[in-house]
Amino acid sequence: MTLDELKPGQKCHIVKVNAGGVTGQRLLDMGFVPGAKIDVIRNAPLVDPMELLLKGYRVSIRHSEAKEIEMILL
Amino acid sequence: MRRKLKEIKVAVAGQPNSGKSTIFNLLTGGRQHVANYPGITVEKKTGTYHIQEHKVFLTDLPGTYSLTSYSLEERIARDFLLQEKPEVIVDIVDAANLERNLYLVFQLAEISIPLVIDLNMADVAKSRGFQIDTEKLSQEIGAEVVPTVGNKGRGKSKLRQTIHRAYETKKSPKKINYGEDLESILISLEQLLSKDTNLKKRFPLRWLAVKLLENDSEALRIVKKYSKNGEEILSYVEKERKKFISQYGEAPEKTLAHQRYREAEKIVGHCVKQIRTKPKTLTDRIDMVVCNRFSGLIILLGTIYAMYNLSIVQGYKITNYTWPLLAGLQKFLVLLLPPEGFAFDPLLRAMPLGVIGGVIAVLNYVPIFIILFALIAIMEDTGYLARMSFILDRVFRYFGLHGQSVLPLVLGGVYVGGCAIPGVMACRGIKDEKARLATMLVVPLMNCLAKIPLYVLLLGLFFAATKGIMMFFIGTITIIIALGVAKILSLTVLKRKESAPFILEMPPYHLPTLGGVLRRCLERLEIFVKKIITVVIVVMILVYLLINFPGLSEERKAYYNNQANQIKQSFIRKIGKDSSYAKLLAGKQLMKFIGYRNDYRAATKGIEKEEAKKVIEQKFRQRNLEFFKIVKKGKYELGGKKIKDKDAKKVHKAYKKLFNQRRELRAEKKNETIKGSFLGRIGIAMEPFTKRLGFNWQVNIALISAFAAKENAVGTIGVLYESPPTEKEERLEKRLGEKEGGWTPLHALAMILFMAMYPPCIPTLLMIRVESGSTLWMLLATLYPIILGIIFAFLAFTVGNLLGFTGLKMMVAIYVLATVFTIGVGFIKSEPKVKIKT
Ligand SMILES: Nc1nc2c(ncn2[C@@H]2O[C@H](COP(=O)(O)OP(=O)(O)O)[C@@H](O)[C@H]2O)c(=O)[nH]1
Ligand SMILES: [Mg+2]
Repeated sequence: MTLDELKPGQKCHIVKVNAGGVTGQRLLDMGFVPGAKIDVIRNAPLVDPMELLLKGYRVSIRHSEAKEIEMILL
Repeated sequence: MRRKLKEIKVAVAGQPNSGKSTIFNLLTGGRQHVANYPGITVEKKTGTYHIQEHKVFLTDLPGTYSLTSYSLEERIARDFLLQEKPEVIVDIVDAANLERNLYLVFQLAEISIPLVIDLNMADVAKSRGFQIDTEKLSQEIGAEVVPTVGNKGRGKSKLRQTIHRAYETKKSPKKINYGEDLESILISLEQLLSKDTNLKKRFPLRWLAVKLLENDSEALRIVKKYSKNGEEILSYVEKERKKFISQYGEAPEKTLAHQRYREAEKIVGHCVKQIRTKPKTLTDRIDMVVCNRFSGLIILLGTIYAMYNLSIVQGYKITNYTWPLLAGLQKFLVLLLPPEGFAFDPLLRAMPLGVIGGVIAVLNYVPIFIILFALIAIMEDTGYLARMSFILDRVFRYFGLHGQSVLPLVLGGVYVGGCAIPGVMACRGIKDEKARLATMLVVPLMNCLAKIPLYVLLLGLFFAATKGIMMFFIGTITIIIALGVAKILSLTVLKRKESAPFILEMPPYHLPTLGGVLRRCLERLEIFVKKIITVVIVVMILVYLLINFPGLSEERKAYYNNQANQIKQSFIRKIGKDSSYAKLLAGKQLMKFIGYRNDYRAATKGIEKEEAKKVIEQKFRQRNLEFFKIVKKGKYELGGKKIKDKDAKKVHKAYKKLFNQRRELRAEKKNETIKGSFLGRIGIAMEPFTKRLGFNWQVNIALISAFAAKENAVGTIGVLYESPPTEKEERLEKRLGEKEGGWTPLHALAMILFMAMYPPCIPTLLMIRVESGSTLWMLLATLYPIILGIIFAFLAFTVGNLLGFTGLKMMVAIYVLATVFTIGVGFIKSEPKVKIKT
């Protein structure tokens, strides 16, 4: 499963980040690493992007980028 | 005796939203200087303070999450550390967000410069129930840790002392252990690097080894540039990377990042205790409302409206109060210039007059900018700006823009009345290079304040009955067109530009501090005023030259001088050669009187109160009694007696005639000068072509002159359609209506649409050049609006006439066309991003 499929209120563990290049590096730098726990807080009023809780801080990413992140549901 | 203080160079680093600016201001106490890093638009703040026998020289690095070479800010921060080699790095760490912040700490530590950790937001961490063992943290990192609360000023002197101590002890921070597999590669790589004395001298080798293994482009470049056996090193790195990937199925840079997080997690586990958990923070509660589907959109619209209203509408009202001050300044400056002549003014008067007028006109907008900049600072500091991007990203993304594009567009004048200059400046915040350029290029399409006077003039004349609805169309068609243009730009010229992912931190809400907001606001104002003023001066001189040169022929000059003499002679004849006033107004005295009377009229204009009037009259009486008699039309008091002076009355009457004749003469001369000027010739030469757009040569000149500043359009039309010489000035609307009886609403619509698409004014263009770092973008920003303007004016005038539409009908047709077009291009998919799967 990938992160973009999650709904607000769901939680997951990151398994793998598929993106490379700038996106991949940015995701790494912001803490999207395997094992990290993510809470999906909400979707934006127009559905995209989504807001997440990660390592104790809030971050928003587009669904298209979330698709690059493989996870397992908790 | 004063010894010269020894300087300590200190760099302030940290992740965004950690309170870096706050701490920087705290340390320097506001003694700081803002500039840009050479050649680029990232702000470089420097400041100083003294401690013991040392002067500490602080540089604020851009806030970054990491130190890769993927973003401009990160490259700048890194280059500064490597090249300037500061003696101490202070890393501002968000205590409430320690784990992610440690990720940067480890990377800074690798640069091997003594490090001080400022554990900021200590209050926030405490309120979230975190208890941080700073002793232990300090041991694990190998650097001293100082807790602070930046916005309250807590921890300042301790931080200063600690920085000083770090400088004295020169202890390097601990370097992170990446685990056996990676370490063995790193160690052998470091050994290889250490053989090169040049590299060893210049760069921290551990850092270089790590970056090489990460395949960092900057690190590769360094080796190529500085190392004699660069080839050997690079092929070794390449080999090790390949081996690693085939062995672990993952690129080393990923494993390195994972290891940093693993270490961060470990340290947090050792040093942080969560003694309480707070189920819902205040930020959570605010966000439930602010990011809600319904209330969120309402709050967003309310905020945009409030920003627009406070800055543009209210700010404009404030200018009513500041304007008299500026007008006074202008008057004072004008007094310093040589006086005007009867028909011709000296160059040293005419030219500076234009320059002063231009500068004062720009300064008039300062209150608007102060409010705008303050509001932006508040939105940034509170954290709402990030929410705005979050909510709007979906809409803007369709058009190649970014959630963060909203602010620049609002400032540029999303409905009516904004200013492109702060709009362009606000593009700085957009992290996505592609969207940043696209936004910057379309901001000038918004309706800035200066476009409004022409709309008002033409709507009043040709669309009196449908003014409101027309204004709505004009106000909104610009944003529709801007979105379409942005999309097309991003699909074409901007195609190759770097597009950053939308990964945006949503910082917790903070109450902004008054000092912080004021400081930011004044910093931006200073940059703005300095840049703009110098440009305006140059531009106004150029414009003056363009509309005044090559100037009249000697023959025509003689003609005007001759006319002037005749006017003067007829004046003297009228008052009678024998009148006592004749001598008084002879030769140079006449100009003196003209000046006197102009001043008198200016001084008494709009003064209602008898008391005030008396004071002014007393002054003028003292200045020149004889002149005073004339301006009073012969009715004045002398020695307590009321006097009726017939001669003076006669002089006044004759003077009125002279005044009007002189005015007429000067207008005629000005008109002829403009017509024969470089600009005038261009305007006339273009007429055959612009006819199809509905523009005659006067309009051409007016539109070209608007290039310096759009307000000029109405002003130039005013000069070209100079009012018939009576003392009462007729309103321009009336004059235009009389002289251009042949104009139809379609003529007006063409002009309005051309103005709506008008290229940015020169100060804005300069801002675009500065912010985009390229003259090419500036030229594009000039050219494409002209083309658009021509297309729309052609549609409105030529096509409109062919179809036989009314002005309003044509406006609706064009509006629908633009909307359909923009929605259409919105659906075009941008090319899929190239993904490097590893
Ligand atoms: N509660 C709290 N707020 C802080 C602290 N330091 C800074 N702030 C606030 O956090 C916001 C962001 O600070 P700023 O210095 O602009 O962060 P920067 O993005 O790192 O430059 C501002 O509203 C500050 O007033 C702190 O120690 N505690
Ligand atoms: Mg800041």
